[in-house]
Amino acid sequence: MIPSWQPSADITLLKRRAQYLADVRLFFAQRDTWEVETPILSQAAPTAPYLDSFSCDYQAIGSEQKSRYYLQTSPEFTMKRLLAAGSGSIYQIARVFRNGEQGRLHSPEFTMLEWYRPKLTLIQLMNEVEMLVEQVFNFQGMAKFSYRSLFQSYLDINVFTCSDEQLKICGLKQIPSLADDFDTDRDSWLELLMSYVIEPKLAQLNTLVFVYDFPASQAQLAKIVDDGDGYQVADRFELYIEGIELANGYNELLDADELRQRFDQGNQQRRQQGKTEIPIDENLLAAMSSGLPICSGVAIGLDRLIMLAMKKNSIAEVQSFSFE
Amino acid sequence: MANVSTSEFKSGLKFMLDGDPCSIIENELVKPGKGQAFNRVKYRNLKTGRVNERTFKSGDSVESADVMEVELEYSYTDGEFWYFMDPVSFEQHAADATAIAGCKKWLKEQYSYTVTQWNESPLTVSAPNFVNLTVTDTDPGLKGDTSGGGGKPATLETGAVVRVPLFINIGELLRVDTRSGEYVERAKEK
Repeated sequence: MIPSWQPSADITLLKRRAQYLADVRLFFAQRDTWEVETPILSQAAPTAPYLDSFSCDYQAIGSEQKSRYYLQTSPEFTMKRLLAAGSGSIYQIARVFRNGEQGRLHSPEFTMLEWYRPKLTLIQLMNEVEMLVEQVFNFQGMAKFSYRSLFQSYLDINVFTCSDEQLKICGLKQIPSLADDFDTDRDSWLELLMSYVIEPKLAQLNTLVFVYDFPASQAQLAKIVDDGDGYQVADRFELYIEGIELANGYNELLDADELRQRFDQGNQQRRQQGKTEIPIDENLLAAMSSGLPICSGVAIGLDRLIMLAMKKNSIAEVQSFSFE
Repeated sequence: MANVSTSEFKSGLKFMLDGDPCSIIENELVKPGKGQAFNRVKYRNLKTGRVNERTFKSGDSVESADVMEVELEYSYTDGEFWYFMDPVSFEQHAADATAIAGCKKWLKEQYSYTVTQWNESPLTVSAPNFVNLTVTDTDPGLKGDTSGGGGKPATLETGAVVRVPLFINIGELLRVDTRSGEYVERAKEK
């Protein structure tokens, strides 16, 4: 292979990127939200079945013994421990790592902007995200749709009551690139329909789009609540710009027992798929038992946001050096 | 034949899909935040030439296709097959009517063609971008007209009919663009 030492982004773009980072920091400074740094390495990691952490070994000098460490997929767990310790509103611009994810909009390592606001409701946090994206990155306009309403209007399907079979029929009909005998689980069908059918429609709206009230099966670390129509939904949102998924926000789950169950469930799914189980974060669970304040939190893929703001087509074009 | 995993997908990779050899044009990872990953692949069916899309679960495997491109010289036809020769080994390869359909009217002996072979037999034959061919039939040339304005049809030695300037006569050698089927200029050498 021929070595290529040049950056994957133009120097002028990288300078613009530095200005965005400075503006983000200014935005939070004006909102009494302070910047934190947390460890990248941890002995625990998320157990979510489709989220793969990098791992490495720690070996004390002179010791034969190796301890397994994981690189963070987001700074969520340690930031929550700060919140439980009384930090108040905090943010972080963190380097995060996700094994295997490489593409135009993916990189095994990327930059995440994550923040937590103990006093804000999820709706207030959505508004704050909108303000950040408008003031710093100059995107205008905002629309909010529930997950259910999007599937209802674009696919004429009720995501909470339709059967797995109905969902499969809808998926095969709407996505011609799937083989006739293709099949997958319920959440993957929903995600495929979102990616292939709904996201392109959202792109046509030419505005920021917040999607909220996700199916409870996609709760991740958000609270599950009643949506007012009797459906159990995950109290979280995602932000889309130009049909690209940019941010993921939660009304944060506070119940340590419930979180332990979700961790266990993740490991159970990993086992079924023949993947190795991941040690669950006892420190986080202990912090939550001691008391996490009621709070909302959100993570934004900064490379994607900067890519869109600079009208580029791939995140590599706004990273100093893309994954090599 | 070996299998290839979606993790090795990249443009140009040849693989088998529903019994036909295909070539990847574009491969995109589809991966919602914490959801399952898919590969959205745009490919060309090398038999039909059609471009289509297929989605695979990341980690799935497909059979790789034994497809390669070689430069062969056209020799002759017996009406059923068109024979191409490897200029180094002198080995003959027979292409059927389907394989030469796209370049039939540009086939001329001793010219070199790009032959896409699948399992060592010709799948498609494509003509070079430019060929020099002799005019076998056209209306008489108009003396004094060298502008090339207007034009008239001319039949070439391979049977192809192209529009040429009025001053072109039977027996002249022309340079033709095979992609557009258009006359380029008078040619000096074969």
